[in-house]
Amino acid sequence: MKALKTPRMERCIGCHSCSLACARLVHKRLSWDTAGIRIRSSGGLSTGFEARVCLACDPAPCVRDCPTGAYSQRKGGGVKVRLKLCIQCGNCAKTCPVDAIYLDFSGHPYVCIHCGRCVQYCPHDCIEHADIGGNSNGDEKDAPSGGEAH
Amino acid sequence: MIRDFFRLLTIDLSTGQSRISEMGGRDQVAGGSGLAAMLFEKFGLLDAPWNDPVQPLIFAIGPLTGFFPLMSKTVCAFKSPYHDQYAESHGGGRSALSLRLADYDALVITGKAQSPSAIVVGSRQIEIKDVHYLWGTDLQVAGKTLRRMFTGSGHRTILRIGPAGERQSPMACITADTYRHFGRLGGGAVMGAKNLKAIMIHGDGVMPLPEGKDYQRLFDKVFTNVTDTDMMRKYHNYGTPVNVAMLNEIKALPIRNLQATTDQGVAGISGERFAEKALLRNAACAGCPVGCIHIGFVRERFQEDNRYLYRQISYDHELIVTVGSMLGVMDCFEVLKLIDVAEKMGLDVLSPGIALAWATEALEKGIITEKETIVPLKFGDSAPYQAAIEHLAYGTNEFYQLLSQGTMKAVEKYGGGDFACVLGQEMAGYATGEVFFVSQALGLRHSHLDAGGYAYDQKPSGHSVEDAADFLLEDEKDRCFLTSMVACLFARGVYTDDVLADCLKSVGYPALAENMGDVAKEIQQLRWRMRIGSGFRPEQVSIPKRFTEITTWKGPVDRKYLEALKTLYGQRILEMASDSSARS
Repeated sequence: MKALKTPRMERCIGCHSCSLACARLVHKRLSWDTAGIRIRSSGGLSTGFEARVCLACDPAPCVRDCPTGAYSQRKGGGVKVRLKLCIQCGNCAKTCPVDAIYLDFSGHPYVCIHCGRCVQYCPHDCIEHADIGGNSNGDEKDAPSGGEAH
Repeated sequence: MIRDFFRLLTIDLSTGQSRISEMGGRDQVAGGSGLAAMLFEKFGLLDAPWNDPVQPLIFAIGPLTGFFPLMSKTVCAFKSPYHDQYAESHGGGRSALSLRLADYDALVITGKAQSPSAIVVGSRQIEIKDVHYLWGTDLQVAGKTLRRMFTGSGHRTILRIGPAGERQSPMACITADTYRHFGRLGGGAVMGAKNLKAIMIHGDGVMPLPEGKDYQRLFDKVFTNVTDTDMMRKYHNYGTPVNVAMLNEIKALPIRNLQATTDQGVAGISGERFAEKALLRNAACAGCPVGCIHIGFVRERFQEDNRYLYRQISYDHELIVTVGSMLGVMDCFEVLKLIDVAEKMGLDVLSPGIALAWATEALEKGIITEKETIVPLKFGDSAPYQAAIEHLAYGTNEFYQLLSQGTMKAVEKYGGGDFACVLGQEMAGYATGEVFFVSQALGLRHSHLDAGGYAYDQKPSGHSVEDAADFLLEDEKDRCFLTSMVACLFARGVYTDDVLADCLKSVGYPALAENMGDVAKEIQQLRWRMRIGSGFRPEQVSIPKRFTEITTWKGPVDRKYLEALKTLYGQRILEMASDSSARS
């Protein structure tokens, strides 16, 4: 089981290619927001960038607080979402401790499904699709730590 | 939204009213440069002065904006305070994607606000906010304060002006997202004249994409070309500053007010030296994986007890030349300090550099004194130039007030026109020879990007005046189409005609794809009709003597060739534009 990780965000140049790829390939849209990974400047452009993305929690608070069962625990971490059960209550986004779930104007939730399709579009290897719980697949020598905890 | 019309947002600052409307013309002018010219024709007054509140400030994107990599620029159009004629200035950052995702093909701002204001727009928001308390703030303070005041960071653009724009200097730029600019020809002054400190555009909308796999496949093909080949390496490796040493090597680098074209000291400000010593990191415009923005650092000791502050400053070739070699400042950190001051003041960095290079030589020659310059300007001495840039922004005395209107305004009073390095506006960083000088002097944007004159100069010699004039017109036409998409011109090697046609077809513009040549011609003519209609007369454009006094790797500049090309290119521009008038 793999999950999307963001171990080298210090390399990020803010091109948003990952977000745009998720919106384009997974959600079939042109959008900055309706994506499982979203890039923000961390305190202004002069201070670099951070990724808003599902950390693949297990157990996941969004599963716990979903009143309809639309969210279910994904094996190894992260969630599966059955949209036809979603009533757009927004609980998932409210309870997520790292702001990883985006609600569009109609309340429709967007969260990373850990498919890894965004990874190939990152020009600086900031993100990777790695085995959950295992070591980074990246070149450790070339990729110092400093990313987000998992 | 992919559509065969333009969706416009117009905001009248005088009344506070805004309006969303639809306008045809997609298959005729495409977008970007073409759309901006069409909108100026619709909203602008060719005969009224640039600062008449009625005059529009236009931001336009193109049919491919956001849909493909490096389609990441916005065209800004206005009547320029520099020459009171139609002008375009192009900028990137997040501006283009923000406009796309706010779901507007263009934003048109007219009128004048009663008090200093900021516009905040998104796909579900249009507001005009009173920000009188920000008037007078430098760009850094304004940017940070605006960011804190208005929620939505990350997926928006913040366009703003500094003190120079507020004072309506024709050297004032509009800064986009800290590190990018609508730099040239005084867009910042147009915002200042409208009492408009900032424009925030939230890219919070969602657009459908073409169905089927063709679009996705084509996107991947273009993305691969951009990232996996050497085609774009120049721009993300050393960036454009790689040109500094290369031009110095071939005796084509403007140095000390163009008194020289090569100097050993240039090693201190080469792209390689910047990368080795001062490069901190890179950044990118939204939707561009190349990341050509090079950000350097300066640290400054402000107390004896090892207390430092640091600043991050973006740099590129043009900036290094104009406040570096042209001022004889050959240390990369000193160049960054000069860029930083100009940035904070909201000045287009190129213009003050060239203006102060002229002022330095004028001081040397005794045409002006330190009474005018306030500080002892001297080639190679960075500190007085830092102070002088602030004097330019604030218009501290009559001399700086005049100089900040453009070097030639100061020349009218003090003389020294022979050595003013002005080609329509203060020159860009190339001394490659006759074709570039004519290209910038007569080009619609007075930019090195109007046409590849600098590249033509470097081709084997022997080309006729006719051949050079044909090249400039044809190259400008091709670039017009790219800037109507709106592509970053760094991607011109990626977006060949065939690729552009495929891209347009894939997102639902088959008519544009089939008629790219005719549309490009239409756009070129329309832009020039606006320019000529607002007063452009090629015979009134002069190329100062200094440009004919230099020697490049080809030898001395050929004055006869230069004059002949200027005359012929000017005639060709008028013929091309009048041909269009006859048809329309």
